[in-house]
Amino acid sequence: MGRKLLLEKADIPGIRSYNVYRQHGGYAAVEKALRMTPEEVVEEVKKSGLRGRGGAGFPTGMKWSFLAKPAGVPRYLVCNADESEPGTFKDRYLMEFLPHLLIEGLIAASWALGSHRTYIYIRGEYAWIVDILDQAIAEANAHGWLGKNILGSGFDCQIYVQRGAGAYICGEETALIESLEGKRGNPRIKPPFPAVKGLWDCPTVVNNVETLAAVVPILQLGGEEYAKTGIGKSTGTKLISACGNINRPGVYEIDMTISVEEFIYSDEYCGGIAGGKRLKACIPGGSSVPILPANLLLRTAKGEKRMMTYESLSDGGFQTGSMMGSGGFIVLDEDQCVVRHTLTLARFYRHESCGQCSPCREGTGWMEKILHRMEHGKGRMEDIDLLWDIQRRIEGNTICPLGDAAAWPVAAAIRHFRDEFAWHVTAPEECLRRNYGLAQYADELVSA
Amino acid sequence: MSKFTEEMKVEVTRIMDRYPEGKQKSALIPVLLMAQDASEGWLSPEVMDETAALLGLEPIEVYEVATFYSMFNLQPVGRHVFEVCQTGPCMLNGSDALIAHIQHRLGIGVGETTPDGLFTLKTVECLGACGYAPMMQLGKHYREHLTPEKVDALIEACRNMTMA
Ligand SMILES: Cc1cc2nc3c(=O)[nH]c(=O)nc-3n(C[C@H](O)[C@H](O)[C@H](O)COP(=O)(O)O)c2cc1C
Ligand code: SF4
Ligand code: FES
Repeated sequence: MGRKLLLEKADIPGIRSYNVYRQHGGYAAVEKALRMTPEEVVEEVKKSGLRGRGGAGFPTGMKWSFLAKPAGVPRYLVCNADESEPGTFKDRYLMEFLPHLLIEGLIAASWALGSHRTYIYIRGEYAWIVDILDQAIAEANAHGWLGKNILGSGFDCQIYVQRGAGAYICGEETALIESLEGKRGNPRIKPPFPAVKGLWDCPTVVNNVETLAAVVPILQLGGEEYAKTGIGKSTGTKLISACGNINRPGVYEIDMTISVEEFIYSDEYCGGIAGGKRLKACIPGGSSVPILPANLLLRTAKGEKRMMTYESLSDGGFQTGSMMGSGGFIVLDEDQCVVRHTLTLARFYRHESCGQCSPCREGTGWMEKILHRMEHGKGRMEDIDLLWDIQRRIEGNTICPLGDAAAWPVAAAIRHFRDEFAWHVTAPEECLRRNYGLAQYADELVSA
Repeated sequence: MSKFTEEMKVEVTRIMDRYPEGKQKSALIPVLLMAQDASEGWLSPEVMDETAALLGLEPIEVYEVATFYSMFNLQPVGRHVFEVCQTGPCMLNGSDALIAHIQHRLGIGVGETTPDGLFTLKTVECLGACGYAPMMQLGKHYREHLTPEKVDALIEACRNMTMA
């Protein structure tokens, strides 16, 4: 059993309510934080090595220390609960089952950053979770953890839940800020970064739900102790939402010391491939990160066991590796079609592009169109290179990283599954009746 | 006729209080969601204009936002809106067949409403329920681990609810 720092108490009956949460040690992190100076809290988070859990993996303590502090200007903390990256459903789990863990982390982080109004921006579709969070916030207020002069510290803080209304792009931090200001979710050109000019032009930190929840165990254990879990720069635990063709889809907390193979095949986690089938491919960190064929997923190009850590998942760069991303772990069995799966992702990015930059707006549409005709037996051999060319022209040429996020899945699918794309061209009728199968991607390491 | 009841107007001021002085435009999306819920599930130009007036905004500021976000319906919808996810992870678990089944059962295509005004079928992109696929959103809640049988039962339940 791996060490659990976030979901340890998830199974306690009634833990969603304040009283039970408090009885089990809840809000001790706030008590601790308020006895420290804000700088000391930031220092603990730095020591913990915590990296942002929203996808980019940027060190949280460092991000916090970049926050500008001009006199007389309010600062804001915004919790990113937009969670719309395909394959990702971990923040929802945290908020649904342990709402007070997030609220506790938010209060401590608000103290560290000097945020008196803190917002949780949640995707609009999670409507029932808004009620759960509102309830938790009301309880925290009633018990003096929020409001004026919290615990006699002189610190005032309130937390508000803001619903989005359906737009993946509002997970990008500057689009989120625009949306929170009541506008379309068009990402801003950076710099200036939110740390200097964010919400209502004030210094702002945007952090993921899981990142902010992790502040609680960091304060409870101390940053150094927290950092003892994990390997190298992958400290602490990570929530992985596992889906696709596995026996046990769901949200798992891993300490970052286990291998990908163990994660997929152990009964503690995914429980193996559904229906006794074989593993074909996997997108280990949400739809935006590169897909890997089974052989490269389980072992790196150097032949080492691939581990569930930031470093190991990205070992080999985009040539032979992938990324931890948001922890959305999507598994494809031997009967799945990579072209079709990539098509659904291309459609997703076309649908979600905000339309500000032409490479992203036009390119995502072209990629979807081309993949659509290939999947339906109407593709041409040149289409494969055309797709490659389009994705390359999007990458790095846009205002926000959604362009890259749209380009990478297509690039990786072609890089590793080119022969499957080609087969769709050479067998236009057969590809309508059956899928390509496993071919050379078979995982020789594990027998089903 | 106003779509905003007195009760809703109180709620609007409560929402506006969440933001610092002068930043009340931030209330727009929450207020539009509320207005849509109170207006048979869609935003007519009249409702948007009234929202603008309530928040002290230009109507164009409201239209801009209403047209950007996928949860806002700018055309009338059926009483029960089936929003079925079709993105990768749901596709791996049979969402295509499920959508075909619903089309067949309701006798409508994607984006259409049944002639009796009871059902609208929409496809949507990932709703953050990938591990519980295939799934759809129906009103405020998600329906997960769907099968043709479960969908048939849901259709039946919606019909009965309307008759009651
Ligand atoms: C298109 C796009 C979508 C994103 N969606 C999310 C999201 O849903 N949730 C999230 O926490 N971060 C998302 N991010 C990353 C945020 O921009 C930001 O980096 C993150 O919230 C920072 O939090 P962290 O440092 O705690 O990870 C997205 C980024 C992009 C480019
Ligand atoms: S890259 Fe795409 S989503 Fe991002 S700003 Fe440009 S058009 Fe909008
Ligand atoms: S892919 Fe359907 S909910 Fe995520």
